Amino acid sequence: MEGFRIPIGEWAATALNWIKANLDGLLEFIRTVLGGAVDGLTDGLLGVPIIGIVVVAALIGWTVRSWRLALGTVVGFGLILGMDVWTPAMQTLSLVLVATLIAIAVAVPLGILAARNDTVSAALRPVLDFMQTMPAYVYLIPTVLFFSIGVVPGVVSTIIFALPPGVRLTELGIRSVDPEKVEAGQAFGATPGQILRGVQLPLASPTILSGINQVIMLALSMAVVAGIAGAPGLGKEVVAAISTLNIGQGVEAGLGVVVLAVYLDRVTSALGGRAQNRGSLLSIIARRRAHALAA
Amino acid sequence: MTASSSSNPSDPILSVKGLSKAFGRRPKEVAKRAEAGATRQELASLGTAAVIDASFDVAPGEIFVVMGLSGSGKSTLIRTLNGLLAPTSGSVAIAGTEIAGADAATLRRVRRESVSMVFQHFALLPHRTVLDNAAYALELQGVAKEERLRRAQRVVDVVGLNGWEQKLPSELSGGMQQRVGLARALAADTPILLMDEAFSALDPLIRREMQEQLLELQAELGKTIVFITHDLNEAMFLGDRIAVMRDGRIVQIGTPEDILTDPANDYVAQFVQDVDRARVLTAGNVMERPLLVVGEGSGPRTALKAMRDGYASAVYVTGRDRKLVGVVRDRDAMRLVQKGETSLRSIIRPTPHAVSADDVLFDLFVPALESEVPLAVTDERDRLVGVIPRVTLLAALGPGTTATGEMTIPVPANEIDELLAESAVPASAANEEVR
Repeated sequence: MEGFRIPIGEWAATALNWIKANLDGLLEFIRTVLGGAVDGLTDGLLGVPIIGIVVVAALIGWTVRSWRLALGTVVGFGLILGMDVWTPAMQTLSLVLVATLIAIAVAVPLGILAARNDTVSAALRPVLDFMQTMPAYVYLIPTVLFFSIGVVPGVVSTIIFALPPGVRLTELGIRSVDPEKVEAGQAFGATPGQILRGVQLPLASPTILSGINQVIMLALSMAVVAGIAGAPGLGKEVVAAISTLNIGQGVEAGLGVVVLAVYLDRVTSALGGRAQNRGSLLSIIARRRAHALAA
Repeated sequence: MTASSSSNPSDPILSVKGLSKAFGRRPKEVAKRAEAGATRQELASLGTAAVIDASFDVAPGEIFVVMGLSGSGKSTLIRTLNGLLAPTSGSVAIAGTEIAGADAATLRRVRRESVSMVFQHFALLPHRTVLDNAAYALELQGVAKEERLRRAQRVVDVVGLNGWEQKLPSELSGGMQQRVGLARALAADTPILLMDEAFSALDPLIRREMQEQLLELQAELGKTIVFITHDLNEAMFLGDRIAVMRDGRIVQIGTPEDILTDPANDYVAQFVQDVDRARVLTAGNVMERPLLVVGEGSGPRTALKAMRDGYASAVYVTGRDRKLVGVVRDRDAMRLVQKGETSLRSIIRPTPHAVSADDVLFDLFVPALESEVPLAVTDERDRLVGVIPRVTLLAALGPGTTATGEMTIPVPANEIDELLAESAVPASAANEEVR
């Protein structure tokens, strides 16, 4: 076996170098758009008075879940403010939001496609496995190579890493819709598009939303990795704390990630099971309206 | 393609010819060999022949029931009728449009305009209210919102869900959910309704209620209904005609009475053994020729003779046109003879119970118990068309031979003879005429 080696690494490097050399325009475009989106959102979040952000976040929590979540939001965001990590927290939040939006925009259509076509499903499965299991740090190498240090390689790596559960759960959700209900749509003369919009997506929405929840959680977990690539935010704080063995800085930045994670998880998981949240503003309003209609 | 405008009302609205449906890797071959007579077991390695060579026509306004056990192919059959499954061979014509091999657009048009469906597990959309579910088919047809809600409201009222419009299906009982399923299909306003085990998931009491409601609706709206069931009692109750399926083949098509009284083979016979015959057979099916009948103008002697000959305690009296007038009892007739009167008129009693030929046997038990004479069966003009002795009623419930005779113990024959001899009035006796 002496001397036997499959030079996959070299091939990959060659391929990436070729992309770097020949698709520079495209890469530049991606960098401009993603960088602009994240920076713009960050500027927006930091431009609004802090109290406004806290109030809006608390109201969202109440709207979809309960007043307890609203209270928890105020406490958690207060903690972030008190630890003086507000600016990096907002930077991380905008990175996560942009990455999540793009991941969902790609994942949901892919999941729909995979649910309707067995060949697409079979072809996607190993690709998704690869994306999800490849250690996240590895993505930083080509992305930094393509986009250089900063927020953009962080966003791209995050999108790649966070995408798979969105695709998987969308496909699962649509495939597990009661076939009799799909049949009912067909039997009354619905087109495939009408069945998708009127039957499959609404019935699959709890599963799809839990997929989106997973995407957000994975995106947050990538925040630290993005910090390595130089993306400003809580991740960069953590990386700095590691390199200087600064326990205090590390704990504060880490807690900031935890607060954001818990908040985003509670909000998005509440969206998946709206009916159970009797304390949410949405269901209170719905009950009032039903009451008014019945009267 | 469409010939519905020129079609004759008695033409079948749904016509199935040589329809086969097979699943597996080589469906064509499986269907071909099954049609040639191969059994499902012989073809098991190649695929499944779900429906084999089915042919039938359904007339407008008919309730056509397809009956079979699970795995007999009935669910596959009904799904080929609206193209949810494409037939492997054969043809399905709906109101003149051939749907075997039709393209997706044609199928959608047929489903929107001609055939709607009610599902076993209701298949309602859980995120829509009752009213929006009922309006679903209209929404697909592109009916404007106001119009479709108005029409949906009308069918919701028809199926008796008034006041539940804004509820979600999950807030309704099974029976009510299926009413929504029925409302959705009725709102589509298609001439044909396919019902796939529509009441099988319901409690027996609710099921009976729904069956009765379906018959009422059908009488009112004149829909053509193809109803799938594994319950023979349900089939017998609902069906104008019944197709019995076994192993993918239709083994008999006939009216409920045909199937019950003249089963095509042992399989059907075995099936109908368990049927509640009392709810299927009607008075008209089992009644006998009325023998114990005398004319209104006859005398008591004729009546007594008739009773003696028939070992009965009473006879029916009819007027002109065989119109039923009443009954005469033996003791009354004897008293009349003793008094020497010659006309029966004074002792005719009103008929205790007269039933119609369409009444099912189940409804005859109580009248039969209360009546001392065989039950009188009359037509719509009160004419006596038949009688049902209790023995006949009993015999009809089992598969045995039809015994006749009456169970009331008559006055002993010698007593009658003695009496007749004692007070002989030759002149009037000669004029009496036994009918």
